[in-house]
Amino acid sequence: MEHVVEITPIVNGTPATRRVAARTHLIDFLREELGLTGAHVGCEHGVCGACTVRLDGKIVRGCLTLAVQANGRRVDTIEGLSDTGELSALQQAFHERNAFQCGFCTPGMLIAAQDLVEQKPMATRAEIREHLSGNYCRCTGYQAIVDAIEAVLLDRRTGAPR
Amino acid sequence: MKAPPFAYVKAESIEQVSDLLLRHGDGARILAGGQSLLAALNLRLSGPELLIDITGLPGMADITLHGKTVRIGALVTHAELERSPVIAQHVPLLAQAVPHVAHVAIRNVGTFGGSIALADPAAEYPACAVALGAIFTLAGKKGERRVPAREFFKGLYETALQPGEVVIAGEFPVHAAGEHSALLELARRHGDYAIVGVAARTRIDDGRFSDTRLAFFGVGDKPVLAARAGAAVEGCAAGPEAIASAQAALATELHPAADLQTSASAKLHLAKVLTSRALTALAN
Repeated sequence: MEHVVEITPIVNGTPATRRVAARTHLIDFLREELGLTGAHVGCEHGVCGACTVRLDGKIVRGCLTLAVQANGRRVDTIEGLSDTGELSALQQAFHERNAFQCGFCTPGMLIAAQDLVEQKPMATRAEIREHLSGNYCRCTGYQAIVDAIEAVLLDRRTGAPR
Repeated sequence: MKAPPFAYVKAESIEQVSDLLLRHGDGARILAGGQSLLAALNLRLSGPELLIDITGLPGMADITLHGKTVRIGALVTHAELERSPVIAQHVPLLAQAVPHVAHVAIRNVGTFGGSIALADPAAEYPACAVALGAIFTLAGKKGERRVPAREFFKGLYETALQPGEVVIAGEFPVHAAGEHSALLELARRHGDYAIVGVAARTRIDDGRFSDTRLAFFGVGDKPVLAARAGAAVEGCAAGPEAIASAQAALATELHPAADLQTSASAKLHLAKVLTSRALTALAN
């Protein structure tokens, strides 16, 4: 029999109480229970990074986190981070440089990239690549993605508005 | 895929964890960061009936310096090790190892204790612990006991943990003056498990190697301390001769098993290459 637990994560600032099977991944909880389909399900074993979300401010794999582990904790998804405008500079830069093709990896890329922008504002291209090494782009559009992130870092360093 | 069904308990004490482990036997698995466990469940390589979440247990999430020892709680994450000034200063070998562990999002969650208890033969921390002579603290119904790393790793995913026991901490000797360490590995892609890796430490007295320890990972069913290779450079100055004697000794004691991508002879060759690089790095 399926073991069910009641959880209340704070998703994009709003508490969401649901009863879920213990085995439910955070990513499936977000997508199927809450309808937040921005973060994607790719490999489902922690390799591709398409399911990247934030848990208590840190980027995590939505497929290697159980929904029950997020109980009482803060979860931020691409929807919430887009609405607050936190990602707008990166989104603009991705758009300008055509840094997405099919778009499947883009939500994960943006959240991982924002983590870098906050933590390593002086990052080099090599460090950008290292920080994104856990996010796969199956269209192989890495060059444009690194260009876009580098542009945002440079703008922030020089104080240019975006 | 999705994980198979299981029950979930958020444990509040070691006694509770131990009771559950004893009651459920192999049917229970401990959940800490879950970065290896959940991947295995999703791939249905494992089908436990119960996950025991230990992340709420007190006193297991700190890095503390006690005299000549650094104690690392089992729940300390890779990211916390990476950022810790205590680790950077006193256990630099571990600081060198962390960037090789997976990727940022996984390092934010995966734990030190999880890596030790899982005992993956290609993982970095077990080899570091063997090279540095770390001691693990295990807790169970009968209290705590301390087991040296060199006795803890028994075989492929096999450890000295007895039924009902949990790894709660590791203690590492602090880096002393004149000590040097290096962690090198070869992997197909950054963040992948190593094809071959080495955790190395030595002391350099008057330009000569002393008490050199080379612990290889990815070459067998557990971390392998290459005692002959280490002994071969004892009292030697760094240079091509020391490297050649270490490599010759290594060939007599390291017997890597082939894996899907790499033959045994290629692994031995790569281990020799890393020996050369490690001795060079240690001397500089």
